[in-house]
Amino acid sequence: MKLKLKIWKQKNAAAKGRFETYDLDGVAPEMSFVEMLALLNQTLIQQGREPVAFDHDCHEGICGSCGMYINGYPHGPVKGLTTCLLSMRHFKDGETIVIEPWRAKPFPVVKDLIVDRSALDKIQVAGGFISVSAGAAPEANALPVRKHNSDLAFDSAVCIGCGACVAACKNASAMLFVSAKISQYALLPQGRPEAKERVRAMIAEMDKQGFGSCSNTGACESQCPKQIKLFNIARLNREYYKAL
Amino acid sequence: MITLNSKIPDGPLEEKWTKYKKEAKLVNPANKKKLDIIVVGTGISGAPAASSLGELGYNVKVFCYQDTPRRAHSVAAQGGINAAKNYKNDGDSVYRLFYDVIKGGDFRAREANVYRIAEVSNQIIDHFTAIGVPFAREYGGTLTTRSFGGVQVSRTFYSSGQTGQQVLLGAYSSLNRQIKAGTVTMFPRREMLDLVVIDGKARGIIVRNLITGEIERHSAHAVVLATGGYGTIYYLSTLAVNSNASAAWKAYKRGAAFANPSFVQIHPSSVPQMNEFQSKLTLMSESLRNDGRVWVPKVRGDKRPANEIPEEERDYYLERRYPAFGNLVPRDVASRAAKERCDAGYGVGPTGLAVNLDFRDAIKKQGKKAIEEKYGNLFEMYKDITGIDSYEEPMRIYPAGHYTMGGLWVDYELMTTITGLFAIGEANFSDHGANRLGASSLMQGAGDGYFILPYTISNYLAPEIKVPRIKTDTPEFQEAEERAVERINRLLSVKGKQTATDFHKKLGKIMWDHCGMTRNEAGLTQALNLIRELREEFWKDLAVPGSADELNQELEKAGRVADFLELAELMVIDALNRRESCGAHFREESQTADHEAQRNDDEFAYVAVWEYNNDQPPVLHREELKFEFVELKQRSYK
Ligand SMILES: Cc1cc2nc3c(=O)[nH]c(=O)nc-3n(C[C@H](O)[C@H](O)[C@H](O)COP(=O)(O)OP(=O)(O)OC[C@H]3O[C@@H](n4cnc5c(N)ncnc54)[C@H](O)[C@@H]3O)c2cc1C
Ligand code: SF4
Ligand code: FES
Repeated sequence: MKLKLKIWKQKNAAAKGRFETYDLDGVAPEMSFVEMLALLNQTLIQQGREPVAFDHDCHEGICGSCGMYINGYPHGPVKGLTTCLLSMRHFKDGETIVIEPWRAKPFPVVKDLIVDRSALDKIQVAGGFISVSAGAAPEANALPVRKHNSDLAFDSAVCIGCGACVAACKNASAMLFVSAKISQYALLPQGRPEAKERVRAMIAEMDKQGFGSCSNTGACESQCPKQIKLFNIARLNREYYKAL
Repeated sequence: MITLNSKIPDGPLEEKWTKYKKEAKLVNPANKKKLDIIVVGTGISGAPAASSLGELGYNVKVFCYQDTPRRAHSVAAQGGINAAKNYKNDGDSVYRLFYDVIKGGDFRAREANVYRIAEVSNQIIDHFTAIGVPFAREYGGTLTTRSFGGVQVSRTFYSSGQTGQQVLLGAYSSLNRQIKAGTVTMFPRREMLDLVVIDGKARGIIVRNLITGEIERHSAHAVVLATGGYGTIYYLSTLAVNSNASAAWKAYKRGAAFANPSFVQIHPSSVPQMNEFQSKLTLMSESLRNDGRVWVPKVRGDKRPANEIPEEERDYYLERRYPAFGNLVPRDVASRAAKERCDAGYGVGPTGLAVNLDFRDAIKKQGKKAIEEKYGNLFEMYKDITGIDSYEEPMRIYPAGHYTMGGLWVDYELMTTITGLFAIGEANFSDHGANRLGASSLMQGAGDGYFILPYTISNYLAPEIKVPRIKTDTPEFQEAEERAVERINRLLSVKGKQTATDFHKKLGKIMWDHCGMTRNEAGLTQALNLIRELREEFWKDLAVPGSADELNQELEKAGRVADFLELAELMVIDALNRRESCGAHFREESQTADHEAQRNDDEFAYVAVWEYNNDQPPVLHREELKFEFVELKQRSYK
């Protein structure tokens, strides 16, 4: 199939960006969105033109590298899929697709569709860990954990750190991301000893990095490719008030 | 010329590691912060190494090419991680885990190393649990396990089909704790381009800042490579697409010997290639073969949809050839059998390079719900990728490059043949012999990083406390930087017509055809010529757009492909040299009457260790494998 692609091009963080339009032929419906972009780049290089920069690595929806607005939606219009798992079957021959980098103040554009998401790492550095050094752990079964809680902790822990939730939010809030991490540790007995310090430190860092506040629109949940649930945010709030 | 000394402590198998630890030299806490260590890689070996060295008080610098350490390829591991806990009371033990790994590797690994990794396996599970990794649990609150191929016990710990993600995020959290504590400095989006060796010791690296293009010098008292495997040399593989061999290859060219480069595991079940633009083959778990039946049409080139082919016109070739094991033959056997059918023209799907994995009978017998409970997420992923509903028609699968057992040669201390250069995780060759068992790579990587390297690197660093911080304005750094810059300029100045990807695909095909699942003298010899020709063509016709002083993903790819074009030759040379079949290395000349792998212990019970020799052919050294504690046996699946 044939597509018209309107893609954001920006040389570097300091440069001004603009949309560039490309016509692309030969797109197969079973290609993934990133393979479609690779085809575009292959064509551009052969024509002696600049390819489009974008992040991708695992192509399995697990590393969290890929991510872009596709027709206004983070990771595109299909629920529960990352950009790398989004197949071109979901688009029509002749369609125009608008592709942009995440738009959020804490994620400055690095080049074209690549943004700097290191603010998410900084929140984790602030407190997203349990302070046990190698060698200090007790026998794994010494501390039984209710299966229900362990399963819930896992459901929160599957966040891939892609940043779509931030990009989807009109306030550029990182609450869904932070709540996923806080929930994982809050639900496990191993995480309790440092629960208060953790939530305070991570929230403070989140504010410092310039993420906005949560106004409960739920846009994050509906765009999260891993279907992290909004009730994690309620748990985060509870943990935060307990820690004050 | 290097001399190999594996430094295996003497004494009984069970006492070697204890003895080593007892005798190893230590660095006093006050001195540790004066010692710098570079760790390249943040996967399941690198992140644990960096955090535990930071916890000890060393000054650690960590590098990765992704935008954050949490995205290292390890994040994609699915099935689980092994340990000898014996929680199931089913007869497991450290010895049994050791024996399974040795036998699974077809008796081509070092006994002492394998025993040690089995010994530390339980501590890994304790540690991950303590730092909040949500492993699957029983209703009583204790950890649960599942079984994996090739063993008779249930020793695999897991978090659904996302074990790699969960253990890597655990390791990343410990890394973050040390970053906050100031012992670890993280350098993401940096690619190591060269190793700096001063007076015979590894003292630093040259990296490119992938955002600005700047070349940076970093020095240290010791350098650790945790840079993963090179399965992506086949272009299409189950690995993350940016995985590459460059760091290990540069180390090889500076003097670190490379062991068993041709030992690559080809996994039998991945989503097959659907078009020429496909960049990745997604793994479909081995467990599916419990209920799925593998078949191809009996008539060559039969293009009817699978469901229209009647029962009597289907060839269930695994059940036919291996009545005892049927669809559950080991990985290498299943892979070779699929290739054989497709090569003979019986393959299915648009490309003819696929076989059917059919759940029709299982659904009929057990009901759709039972199958959904066992494999729902895999069926979903398969549908996302292919659009095919496998409850209604068979999955199509094909083998894919998956794991490299070969890697940098290391001694018992995980040190390469360059003093002060260590290699851990998939980047080294140490524990899996000629074939890796499922769920033992995460175990090895984490074990190397948390519980082995911290001891062995201290033994090396103890006498180094007198050495002041290494300066980066030395001629050695200058020379290495110039070499790196010169290479970049060379890549940019070819100004040809074909992209790095074009060359990567061509190389992948050569390797797949001649140095993949099966190998023979004629094919390997031909591959040598093809690789050399392709390399020449690469340096005449490569197209890299843009410049060196900006984010340039094509330049990154070109550098990696240039290294693959050299490594490919070494793999072929190694495969040619080993005129026996063992594990995943199947030389057609060396098979039993019923087409099974035929080992030749008299001539080849050694690790093939290759030393770089400039423009001359590499020099082969042999590390003889002595089996003092297990008896060598021919593996049999019939
Ligand atoms: C699909 C799939 C499923 C798997 N499932 C399992 C499983 O269930 N159980 C199991 O035990 N094993 C599994 N494996 C194998 C296992 O995942 C890997 O062997 C293991 O994760 C490798 O870890 P590592 O730390 O050695 O390297 P990696 O995780 O590959 O990390 C390499 C690191 O090195 C960095 N790096 C590399 N080169 C450079 C350079 N030049 N400069 C700077 N940085 C560099 C990268 O940025 C990265 O941080 C699976 C593999 C695949 C492909
Ligand atoms: S919460 Fe969801 S959208 Fe946000 S970073 Fe995690 S996986 Fe991505
Ligand atoms: S490339 Fe890894 S999640 Fe998309």
